[in-house]
Amino acid sequence: MDALEVRPDPRDRRLARYAAAAIAASLVEAAIPSPLPGVKPGLANIVILIVLVRHGWRDAAWVSVLRVLAGSLLAGQFLAPGFFLSASGALASLCALGALQPLPARWLGPVGRSVAAAFAHIAGQLLLARLWLVPHDGLFNLAPVFFAAALVFGIVNGVVAARLLRDNVA
Amino acid sequence: MNTGSALLRPGDLLVIVAGIALTAATAAARWGQTAPTIAQVRLDGRIVAELPLNGSHRVAIAGALGRQGDTVIEVQPGRARVAADPGPRQYCVQQGWLSRGGSVAVCAPSHITLQLTGPDGGADTVAF
Repeated sequence: MDALEVRPDPRDRRLARYAAAAIAASLVEAAIPSPLPGVKPGLANIVILIVLVRHGWRDAAWVSVLRVLAGSLLAGQFLAPGFFLSASGALASLCALGALQPLPARWLGPVGRSVAAAFAHIAGQLLLARLWLVPHDGLFNLAPVFFAAALVFGIVNGVVAARLLRDNVA
Repeated sequence: MNTGSALLRPGDLLVIVAGIALTAATAAARWGQTAPTIAQVRLDGRIVAELPLNGSHRVAIAGALGRQGDTVIEVQPGRARVAADPGPRQYCVQQGWLSRGGSVAVCAPSHITLQLTGPDGGADTVAF
């Protein structure tokens, strides 16, 4: 027994590669101005979807958690309110993706999963924001805006992921 | 070729439709402005007059301060107010026109309240 050695296996390397792509996507997105906090394209979710379809839910969950942790560290948001919102959204959408996982890919493709995950994402964030940051039901008056954004970005991200998967690039 | 590579699959459309429905339902529930349609006048908690907010009229109601005068409720399209009240401090009169669902003017000395209600009763509380 000599020095402690961590041997990354191919799966570790693969997860790290995907996580790096997801982190890059969320950093790029942080530079895009948004009229309303919470309305974001969620580009990193394209990566999560690709991992989900190619390697399953566990790997997608790993990439998602790494993305939230490392992404917030790089953005200087670790343990800031935005971090917890991001984490609650990621957790909720992973739950939604997990619940949909038994459905066959023939019937439910990346687009449907993406939209479901986007809605779960914003629902998780709204719930945490309501419980913690804005303890007033007036917050839910913004829900239609958030839902509409989830719908649009969910579809767009899903189509992008589906095309990347079909063409087998990335 | 095979549905496994189609960009949009049956379930996807289902999820999208459900998403549109959820968004529309939330918007309707949260933004559907429920304009008040009725002014309810209560004396000692019992409804003594329900005035539709689509015309202009005045109603005089004899309240608990009977001999000192009637409480006069004035209604115009979409709003209502207490135009006159025999109470000493005139709070309900000074409150002016009410136009939001759920808002209330209370003439405590006369035991009279004027409240605007809509199809769904409007807001529970209104804070300014």
